[in-house]
Amino acid sequence: MENKLYLYPKWIRSWHVLNALLFIVLIATGLSMQYAGASGWLLPSGADSTAGFFLMSFGAAVKWHNIAAIILSANFLFFIIGNGITGNGKHYKPGEKGLIKNLYKQGRYYAYGMFKGEEHPFPVTEKSKFNPLQKVSYILAMYVGMPLLILSGIAMFFPEFIINKIFNISGLLINDLVHVTTGFILSLFMIIHIYTCTLGTKSSTLFKSMITGYHEGH
Amino acid sequence: MKEKYRRICLVIIFIITSFSVFANLPPGFPTTAVILPDTLADKFPYYTDNEVCFTCHSSARYDYQNVETGKHLRRLMPNDKILSREIYYSSVHQNFSCTDCHSSEFEKFPHPAELIFEEHPTCIDCHGGDESYAQYHFEEIEIEYRQSVHYGHEGDGFSCWKCHDPHGYVPTVRRSDDFSEIVMFANDMCLACHTNFDRYQLLTDHQELDIIQTHEWLPNQALHFNKVRCIECHTRINDTILVAHQLLPKSEAVQRCVECHSQNSILMATLYKFKSREQRKTGFFNGIIINESYVIGANRNEYLNILSFVLLAGTFFAIAIHLLFRVILLNKSKHGK
Repeated sequence: MENKLYLYPKWIRSWHVLNALLFIVLIATGLSMQYAGASGWLLPSGADSTAGFFLMSFGAAVKWHNIAAIILSANFLFFIIGNGITGNGKHYKPGEKGLIKNLYKQGRYYAYGMFKGEEHPFPVTEKSKFNPLQKVSYILAMYVGMPLLILSGIAMFFPEFIINKIFNISGLLINDLVHVTTGFILSLFMIIHIYTCTLGTKSSTLFKSMITGYHEGH
Repeated sequence: MKEKYRRICLVIIFIITSFSVFANLPPGFPTTAVILPDTLADKFPYYTDNEVCFTCHSSARYDYQNVETGKHLRRLMPNDKILSREIYYSSVHQNFSCTDCHSSEFEKFPHPAELIFEEHPTCIDCHGGDESYAQYHFEEIEIEYRQSVHYGHEGDGFSCWKCHDPHGYVPTVRRSDDFSEIVMFANDMCLACHTNFDRYQLLTDHQELDIIQTHEWLPNQALHFNKVRCIECHTRINDTILVAHQLLPKSEAVQRCVECHSQNSILMATLYKFKSREQRKTGFFNGIIINESYVIGANRNEYLNILSFVLLAGTFFAIAIHLLFRVILLNKSKHGK
């Protein structure tokens, strides 16, 4: 039975695609800075060379990282305001009882149940478009990870405001580690997110949803 | 009672020390009164002798008597002739007599006019060929200096003293563990001329350079200026001497970010050169830098690096396994039903 729900209005789709593109730029430029001067097939072959497959020179990386980061921050603000105005934010509230049990149920389905042909434990509805695992991971990514990433990024824009020493450790070092670690975890999240999007009725179904706005299937 | 006794002693000491200074002065020599800190007089062998000079050369004005008219006069001391006792007696030359480097003719007042042409000795004149200074490689410094853009442009018009004040020089790199102090001390030498048009004009006919504008390409300019020395980018690295002295032309200055922002950061061969052997922060590439700063690209953490590769590989592995099961089951269901 075909079940079509209009779950993703234009503003969410626009935010989502922009967020995804910017994240790819930020990963490429971030890695270019982090591994500047190193060599390898993925990396520029020498100092400030642009010969890498995915990465670029340090100078270009700094420039594009900054530009993409400013747009990403504005886009994040747009997402937060949009969630508040439209009520989309309610999908990110974890308040239901038995969350741990539900997380287990969803995890078990991905790891075992789906291979056995079991029914999806939390079918998508207009009132609840995310399953418990999605909900928790999205909350962590969007309401914990992104603010941490953006704030530590802003601090790197204006390093003169970073506290010099925190417990006798360089404030710059702590800030940078927070930024790089959060960026890495969110990059892992993105990889897993893209893969789980192939778990729809067909591998392409959920990708289509983010283009048309209509959710199909379970 | 004790306080009264202490004050009397101080007055006696003051009178005796003042007398010992002024007793050496020739007629007409300036006699601006100065209170000698007796601890310094005990500590430095030429303190009392040097007071003959410091009496005038430590303040903005000096008093003297015209021996012909008998008038007492007061004059302003030119700024570049004013010295600080505190700075001089904290410097490397603190145990020197003024006349070790300057002509003893300066002991006459008024100073003989021809002394204006006095040639000052440079570092190599005293430190060259001296075994006790061999470890500092003054000869190598001299060679580097003669190849530097300063010497190239100005030749004999330039000397060590244009950057290193002989009356206040402190080898900060060797003595200090505070990198902010090292950076500030070094950059002050450059900025003394490169941000002061009056001094700059002494050496060149060029138009004044706007340092902020010429470094506009540099992101986080203020942070760079506070954390690294000008010479990190503007000298050629030298393995022998502690501080490179071959100032490069502007066109050859380091402009590629990765020279510092990489695992092979040149900062390890410049600013952190010798300290790097003394202190390490385990786990970080170029860890010594982390004691003072954080350089993107140069300070990756080795363990986080490994952990990130493991997590990334683990994620792809888990996805691959999941995908494999999906493909197997898809095939089964196709063939089974």
